[in-house]
Amino acid sequence: MEGIAQTQAAERPGGMEGFVADWSSDQRVFKNVSWGKAMMWIFLLSDTFVFGCFLLAYMTVRMSTTVAWPNPSEVFALEIFGTHMPLILIAIMTFVLITSSGTMAMAVNFGYRRDRRRTALMLVVTAIFGALFVGMQAFEWTKLIHEGVRPWGNPWGAEQFGSAFFMITGFHGTHVTIGVIFLLIVARKVWRGDYDTGRPGFFTSRGGRYEIVEITGLYWHFVDLVWVFIFALFYLW
Amino acid sequence: MSTTSDRLDGIPAAEVADVELYHPRSWITKYVFSQDAKIIGIQYALTATAIGLVALALSWLMRLQLGFPGVFDFITPAEYYQFITMHGMIMVVYLLTALFLGGFGNYLIPLMIGARDMVFPYVNMLSYWIYLVAVLVLAASFFAPGGPTGAGWTLYPPQAILSGTPGGQDWGILLMLLSLMLFIIGFTMGGLNYVVTVLQARARGMTLMRMPLTVWGIFTATVMALLAFPALFVSCVMMMLDRLLGTSFFMPALVEMGQRLNHDGGSPLLFQHLFWFFGHPEVYIVALPAFGIVSDLISTHARRNIFGYRQMVWAIVIIGALSFVVWAHHMYVSGMNPYFGFFFATTTLVIAVPTAIKVYNWLLTLWRGDIHLTVPMLFALAFIVTFVNGGLTGLFLGNVVVDVPLSDTMFVVAHFHMVMGVAPIFVIFGAIYHWYPKITGRMLNEAMGRIHFWVSFLGAYLIFFPMHYIGLLGVPRRYHEIGETAFVPASAHTLNAFISVMALIVGAAQILFLFNLAWSIRRGRPAGGNPWNATSLEWQTPETPPPHGNWGRDLPVVYRWAYDYSVPGAARDFIPQNQPPARAAE
Ligand code: HEM
Ligand SMILES: [Cu+2]
Repeated sequence: MEGIAQTQAAERPGGMEGFVADWSSDQRVFKNVSWGKAMMWIFLLSDTFVFGCFLLAYMTVRMSTTVAWPNPSEVFALEIFGTHMPLILIAIMTFVLITSSGTMAMAVNFGYRRDRRRTALMLVVTAIFGALFVGMQAFEWTKLIHEGVRPWGNPWGAEQFGSAFFMITGFHGTHVTIGVIFLLIVARKVWRGDYDTGRPGFFTSRGGRYEIVEITGLYWHFVDLVWVFIFALFYLW
Repeated sequence: MSTTSDRLDGIPAAEVADVELYHPRSWITKYVFSQDAKIIGIQYALTATAIGLVALALSWLMRLQLGFPGVFDFITPAEYYQFITMHGMIMVVYLLTALFLGGFGNYLIPLMIGARDMVFPYVNMLSYWIYLVAVLVLAASFFAPGGPTGAGWTLYPPQAILSGTPGGQDWGILLMLLSLMLFIIGFTMGGLNYVVTVLQARARGMTLMRMPLTVWGIFTATVMALLAFPALFVSCVMMMLDRLLGTSFFMPALVEMGQRLNHDGGSPLLFQHLFWFFGHPEVYIVALPAFGIVSDLISTHARRNIFGYRQMVWAIVIIGALSFVVWAHHMYVSGMNPYFGFFFATTTLVIAVPTAIKVYNWLLTLWRGDIHLTVPMLFALAFIVTFVNGGLTGLFLGNVVVDVPLSDTMFVVAHFHMVMGVAPIFVIFGAIYHWYPKITGRMLNEAMGRIHFWVSFLGAYLIFFPMHYIGLLGVPRRYHEIGETAFVPASAHTLNAFISVMALIVGAAQILFLFNLAWSIRRGRPAGGNPWNATSLEWQTPETPPPHGNWGRDLPVVYRWAYDYSVPGAARDFIPQNQPPARAAE
């Protein structure tokens, strides 16, 4: 078994074997990835399956129902100054959320430069965009509820329309809300300089680092990306 | 920290700084709200065992009813349904999954890969407490109005939420769904920890291809669980909405007792697909850790390196991947498109190939080994036999034409109890006999262990072997009472009574086991640090039981794989993983 004891010292082989050797090498698989980041990535993978199942389920019931599906561009239209504009609110919401991804990226960048104040500022701006998104979603829900859309029925067709709508946007909205809360917490910590001084967290009793900004960012971009799919599959289809 | 590296031939320098450990200051933070993976593992194991005993007691009640129909008239048909449902769900999810991943995963992963703890101990702690709440919610449903749900562990709608099913229009189904959702959330917190710890926090020299197979099994199973549980989570949400808000995700148009229900256009098949997309991987979530552990038990107690280590690793990974594309073999009679059956039967048979490779490799490891028939080894051998047995009937059921007549008979019950009930439980027993000395510092009593083994092993066969035959006769599963039916001969009733008596005896043997666990903590023979002369890292800790932080001042450095047993020319018949090459001959 000497051979096995020495594989580390020997030159790494090429091709497929080298690939396996690299991946399975000492201590870490992903060499430049910290624990926190790795954990977030894997969580997001798992969460992708959650959203994937939700969307597949929605598509399945859309096919299984025997009643016609309401026309989304009619349902999600607004009268603005007397003009009838299909999907306008969703367009604005999508725009807001995507903008927030931009400010998030800026926050991460400032975090790397240890620019305490601008990082915090950008985090707060991102959180405001997020809150705006949730606010508009609440408006949309209210409007639909006034028009008689319920999870168990609606005036225009298949009842699964309302069920899937409230469930999926609700679940996504919850993700955004959680994100906003996290953004604000992280912003406060950045502002106070916790990550410069290594002040231990209230619950975990461990010091945090600027990297947390980036990890929160990963989550935020993910929630954004998911929205694009919801937008495409629910509103545009 | 990298200064010492020059001395260590060929082992790269440390890449990450040693972790900052949380040091508990009070008894409560040390043993109750503990952030130490070892304590969390024990908490998981004890909780899982406690709720598992409930499931065991339910199986006695079910067997009493099946063996002596009419005698125990306090068991009504509705209660019988509730018993099978709770028995099945508890055994699969709250006992086996929690014990293998939460229990053994927490205890063994950091020790076996040479880490001080999981990467995020705080999240890990939360994982246990959420699991505990999930168990309590589940247990609460026994006391809720209407009792627990009787929908069967598969919880198929529409019946799961209709008034004809116990708990369907009461609290039962709601508490079950809530409990499952909590379980999944709690598991995810722990599971992320296990995966990241294995990927990113190994000791110096511990390459993936040097990890003990136990770690490979638990790791792969955890990855699978992180991808499979979402489907169950989503189905729980949707069924909850169907039941509470009257949506129709799973509910088609229905007439119940002459009444048209307020549901329309949903798809019951959708639930079955989602459920089995979780449900089939779940079988392997339980089986892969068992595969891994059994490999280590066999290698250690036969004093021989595992045969075909690389094959074993790849087989675990490939089985894990394939098990995501076989789910609809549970749905041959569901009315799905028949062409699906063809596809899923094929994938099901393909997955038998890597599984068979594993079995051959176990046998070849034993071949000409120096087999010590210790209690862990006995259980490991029992696992192989039982698993092969259950696997073979699986090949029958995997084929559409054979499955259709056997579907929903006792044959299926016999099959899955062999393959995912009894077999993994044997591994759990073997693992406890094997690692108990590390956990407590004392050996379990050998005589009691042997009695426990022989009664459980022979008993399991006396229970489940005849059940295959009863199933072939056509006796359906989930029946409170078969009654006088022409196709069931009188002898089958005698057989049923026999099975029930055996089930009671096997159950009693488990009480002996529990007694042994408690008794040996104080009275057991002191074990020392490495009673089995094993190679893997957990046996090389400076202290036994390992303290908080596991390794004292210096982290271990790994020079070899975990299977250097009976190496020719070596002084002893095992070389620990952390022994440098130069000293191996000493
Ligand atoms: C002492 C050992 C055990 C006995 C005597 C036993 C007995 C039974 C019986 C009588 C049934 C109901 C059969 C029917 O009427 O359909 C059943 C169902 C079931 N058991 Fe066990 N069991 C044992 C251990 C286990 C274990 C360890 C597992 C873990 C996987 C397990 C999983 C299940 C499942 C999933 C069901 C199906 C429940 C359903 O149909 O919804 N059992 N068992
Ligand atoms: Cu399956």
